[in-house]
Amino acid sequence: MLIKTSDQGFVHPASSEITPETLYQSRRQLIRLMAGGVAGATLASWASREAFAQAWAAPGQNPVLVGSRTSVAGAISLEKVTEYKHASSYNNYYEFGTDKADPSKNAHTLKISPWSVQIEGLVKKPGSYALEDLLKLSAQEERIYRLRCVEGWSMVIPWVGYSLAALIKKVEPLGSAKYVEFVTLADPKTMPGVNSRVLDWPYVEGLRLDEAMHPLTLLAFGMYGEVLPKQSGAPLRLVVPWKYGFKSAKSLVKIRFTDRQPATAWNKAAKNEYGFYSNVNPDVDHPRWSQASERRIGEDGLFDKKRKTLLFNGYEAQVGQLYAGMDLKKNF
Amino acid sequence: MHQGKGAVVATSFAAWCRHRRAKPVVFVLALLPFFYLVWAAVFDQLGANPSQALVRSTGDWTLRMLCLVLAVTPLRVLTANPMLARFRRLLGLFVYFYASLHLLCYGGFDMAFDVTDIAKDIVKRPFILVGFTAFVMLTGLALTSFNRAIKALGAKNWQRLHRAVYLVAGLALLHFFWMRAGKNDFAEVALYAAVLACLLVWRLWYRIRQSIQRPGLHVS
Repeated sequence: MLIKTSDQGFVHPASSEITPETLYQSRRQLIRLMAGGVAGATLASWASREAFAQAWAAPGQNPVLVGSRTSVAGAISLEKVTEYKHASSYNNYYEFGTDKADPSKNAHTLKISPWSVQIEGLVKKPGSYALEDLLKLSAQEERIYRLRCVEGWSMVIPWVGYSLAALIKKVEPLGSAKYVEFVTLADPKTMPGVNSRVLDWPYVEGLRLDEAMHPLTLLAFGMYGEVLPKQSGAPLRLVVPWKYGFKSAKSLVKIRFTDRQPATAWNKAAKNEYGFYSNVNPDVDHPRWSQASERRIGEDGLFDKKRKTLLFNGYEAQVGQLYAGMDLKKNF
Repeated sequence: MHQGKGAVVATSFAAWCRHRRAKPVVFVLALLPFFYLVWAAVFDQLGANPSQALVRSTGDWTLRMLCLVLAVTPLRVLTANPMLARFRRLLGLFVYFYASLHLLCYGGFDMAFDVTDIAKDIVKRPFILVGFTAFVMLTGLALTSFNRAIKALGAKNWQRLHRAVYLVAGLALLHFFWMRAGKNDFAEVALYAAVLACLLVWRLWYRIRQSIQRPGLHVS
């Protein structure tokens, strides 16, 4: 039965209950804003995931070596990763020739198996460490670092490895150890450049112990999700992202703990041009060229202005305290 | 009289040098490196660091042209081919052409045409200063390379002025040496030094011999 009421089924609200239109609209705006914010945040994390994933694209030239995500602060740059073809063909590795293209042409002769690293000097556990054991010593991590060459160019490279600190803790340096010296392979049979007198072979690099212990200092075994190509310092190398590239010694054969500052290869060759520290510093010029700016390989076009170089290559927040109170111009 | 194969080649080369098309051919040949660099830049064939490749190769070609132009007189005398002198000015201007490109690449790609930055750089870094000085001297030689300038200066003065090319060669070599010194890499520097030294030593030797045989006659 149909019950008819006077208001024909429509209940009029009291006029006091009606939301004014302006308020109604602003509420909608608020919702829109919130939704936009959530979407934006999602998009941002998605974008950074993309940037991260981009580095994983293995070029398929060497055995795969994948690293897990790192928890080390500042160890993942979100900048555009340099193309593998550039990172593997534009190298300074004088043992294989002084031209940038020489290492990728000549390094195929390098014999990386068997390989071991001698740990010497002021440590409790010296000895010969096989590559297989070193690979497993700590979890392999992916680190995306900027690499700034002393010559004024830079790249962004996804390395695979772990903090050198893990190895140092394992071999237990003595209290008297203040520096770490890195000696690299110098085999005249497989390395044509070793016969030239460009440098005093073998190539030696060094760090202060606290620099070597810094979590950003990487013992790298791979890059771009694969083991290192030979021209990039296979089978294991050092990567110190806040210093000029030549500090990151390749194809390590010996790590020595000492109480004296090591005599490093470039410092021996030209003391006033290549200091022991060689921290990236736009305010300390190389005697023959400015260090204020740099060219990003594969990204900056011919007619782009070079990009500004950052103090400690942009890792000041992480490593600045290592040099607190130090005159960086004197200790260049 | 029996003519050897070498003599035949030399004679036909001398005949070729006399040809009216010889100069345009040399002109185009000297431009080939430039065309190659433009092609390589457009088609991304300059490797990972194109701007540096351009700065370096234009510098290399300046040195090569310098060696070539300084080789003209010794070759002319040794092959008894006076027509070779026709190419001397042409090649000399190509030294200036590649030197200008070299400066342009450095100023443009390295310094983004920032004139104050470039000026500061020239004063601050000795190896740039040396290169720039060589360029300024070359400019003087290029500006006085045409016939009317020779007439205005008088042949003797002109020749004296243009001996500055030996100083330019020395400065260019020093510029290259200093650039490479940072990397301790002197193989290529030594090669250019050897070529230039040979060309200069020959001149000295020839001059001494000439003054003994026919006093008063000089070779430039």
